[in-house]
Amino acid sequence: MAEIERVGEVIEASTTGFTAQCYELYQMPPLGSLVKTGDSAAELYGIVCNAETTSLELGRRPIARGRDEDSEEAIYSSSPQLAKLLRSEFEVLVVGHREGDRLYQHLPPQPARIHGFVYQCTPDEVKDFGESFDFLNIILNAHLPVPGEELVAASLRRMSQAHQDRRAFLVAAGKELAILLSGNLNQLNAVLGRIKL
Amino acid sequence: MTERLGIVVSGSLNKGVEVRLDSSTSIEDMVEGRFVTIEGAKRRFFGMITDVSLGMTDQRLSLTPPDVSDPFIAEVLAGTSTFGTLHVSPSLVIGGDASAILEGPQPVKTIPSHFSAVKLATQEDVELVFGTEDEKRFFIGNPLDMEVKLCLDLEELVKRSNGIFGKSGTGKTFLTRILLIGMLQKSRAVNLVFDMHNEYGWAGTREGGPPVKALKQLFPSRVAVFTLDEENARHRGVSTDGVVKIGYDEIEPDDISLLRQTLNLTDLAVEAVYQLYRKFGRNWIQDTLDLKGVEELPEGLSIHEGTLLNLQRGLATIRRLPFIEPHSPVNAVQAIMEHLDRGTNVVLEFGRYRDITAYILVANMLSRRIYAHYQSRVEKADAKGSMRPQPLVITIEEAHKFLNPEVAGQTIFGTIAREMRKYNVTLLVIDQRPSGIDSEVMSQMGTKITCLLDNDRDIDSVLAGVSGRNELKSVLSKLAAKQQALIFGHAVPMPVAFQPREYGSAQSYKDFAPREDVKEDIEKLWD
Repeated sequence: MAEIERVGEVIEASTTGFTAQCYELYQMPPLGSLVKTGDSAAELYGIVCNAETTSLELGRRPIARGRDEDSEEAIYSSSPQLAKLLRSEFEVLVVGHREGDRLYQHLPPQPARIHGFVYQCTPDEVKDFGESFDFLNIILNAHLPVPGEELVAASLRRMSQAHQDRRAFLVAAGKELAILLSGNLNQLNAVLGRIKL
Repeated sequence: MTERLGIVVSGSLNKGVEVRLDSSTSIEDMVEGRFVTIEGAKRRFFGMITDVSLGMTDQRLSLTPPDVSDPFIAEVLAGTSTFGTLHVSPSLVIGGDASAILEGPQPVKTIPSHFSAVKLATQEDVELVFGTEDEKRFFIGNPLDMEVKLCLDLEELVKRSNGIFGKSGTGKTFLTRILLIGMLQKSRAVNLVFDMHNEYGWAGTREGGPPVKALKQLFPSRVAVFTLDEENARHRGVSTDGVVKIGYDEIEPDDISLLRQTLNLTDLAVEAVYQLYRKFGRNWIQDTLDLKGVEELPEGLSIHEGTLLNLQRGLATIRRLPFIEPHSPVNAVQAIMEHLDRGTNVVLEFGRYRDITAYILVANMLSRRIYAHYQSRVEKADAKGSMRPQPLVITIEEAHKFLNPEVAGQTIFGTIAREMRKYNVTLLVIDQRPSGIDSEVMSQMGTKITCLLDNDRDIDSVLAGVSGRNELKSVLSKLAAKQQALIFGHAVPMPVAFQPREYGSAQSYKDFAPREDVKEDIEKLWD
């Protein structure tokens, strides 16, 4: 089995989510991807719901440097300190946890620990997680920095890649959404429009 | 096991239950009239789909329909936001508690609980309800869209009067023929058929095809054909067992009063008939026709001249009927009775005399006398405690002429229909205008089989007093114009729409009468 890809480290945590910092600038996992943190006894699963790259020091904003440069890469290579002055972070919405062998798609009893390593889930884990669609309800009810339907669509699109029959997976998810969003036709249409193949 | 179609979501005992279809079930596969079982928590219910409808969770979907040209959207919405619903009338409980297992299907007195699973009925379920072919049960057809056999308990059927209804050309005659064969094979009853159109005795007609064999050809030893028209029978190559002639002296005033409408007699003329009969006795018809005017009337009779003319004109119509003779050499009733006593079924063909006057006169006259025989024999048998005579079924066509509200009180058929099985005589009524039949008579009919009817009054009269009328009404009005019928009443545990079994092919004859000579016929076909 290939080594699990480590994508960051928890720097802020609450019951509903956590924020992780990437070790390399711009190396955050894509929006909607499934990540996990914690040890083998209790793993937390979350969906990347936001990401940002900011200055290391609060209140010190980066300035434009490219006037005399030909390309974007040239800016970074002529000012190598930049990679150390900026940092990339991503926010994760906790959507489930594993205790022993069982996977639960509801909030964990404890939040993630600071400095816990965050890993990208393997396709097998993504597939297992996609057996149930209970997590959709958590996403739709969360207060998020991005619109809920965008995140739902992004996460389903990514999860579908782990499935052989992407279409069947998306149809099943769509049906679940149709029930969850039965009172909100516009939101349903928005999500369906974003996940269709 | 069949797959789950959906779940019960609401309903009531009176109105039936609503079933929400699963998304995997296509609503277009659901057909009205199809049987389903509902797996309740304690009992299994057996019912019929009576309506199919479309539902949606959000009414705005109907105002702004989604883009269903995209198959993905269409597939997602099917069964979730938009779904199909079935209306099912549970009519029987099959299995579940002890009594249902011991006593077979029971009528429903409750409904299944919420979210009970609904499945298509399997062959075993339907057989449990309608039985399988055996000594008593006769296979009459297949429930619509199903491969299973619908079997009727004919012993049970002939205990009551029954009716076959349907517009002209919907297959009443074929259905009757099948039923007559069934009675002949599977019940103790003998049949007397008044065969107005010569369809049941030797051969019957078929639209756009060669004639089909009728009873005598299939069961030569068990059927006797009588005819009113010997010449016609000879032309058609029918071997008859007797010719029926009727003497003037056999006609009684009651026979005339029944013909009031067809002979266009006034009320006074009918009244005069009774007076004349009292005066002249058995020979009254001849004597009345011989009168040259009111002045020749015997003393004590006061009949107006116009009334007498009206009556004489009517009686002359009867006299012109070729099978009426001044004195009949043979007693037709006696001859027919002898056959019936031996257990031979009798078909009386009318030959060319398809005129309604002849039919009403003959059917009524013969039936009255045969019924009187039966009545006295049953009474004697009961008094002595001996065996009652074999049950008799009298088959009449154009029944509304005998059983309309005006004459039902007077004709023998009205009496038979009302008193039913008291004297072991019942009716098989065949008619195209059931609304013309007296409602009192209709209400006494045990089992009704109806082909397509499209007149509202006819439909109402056939379905009067049946539970689940509205559902049946919609089933009835959607029957195909041919070879589909709805049966309900005494002999079936629940109403069912069915397609009568095949009649008219060599194989069908073989199925009806698996005998040597039929086999030969089949072999001849191949030569």
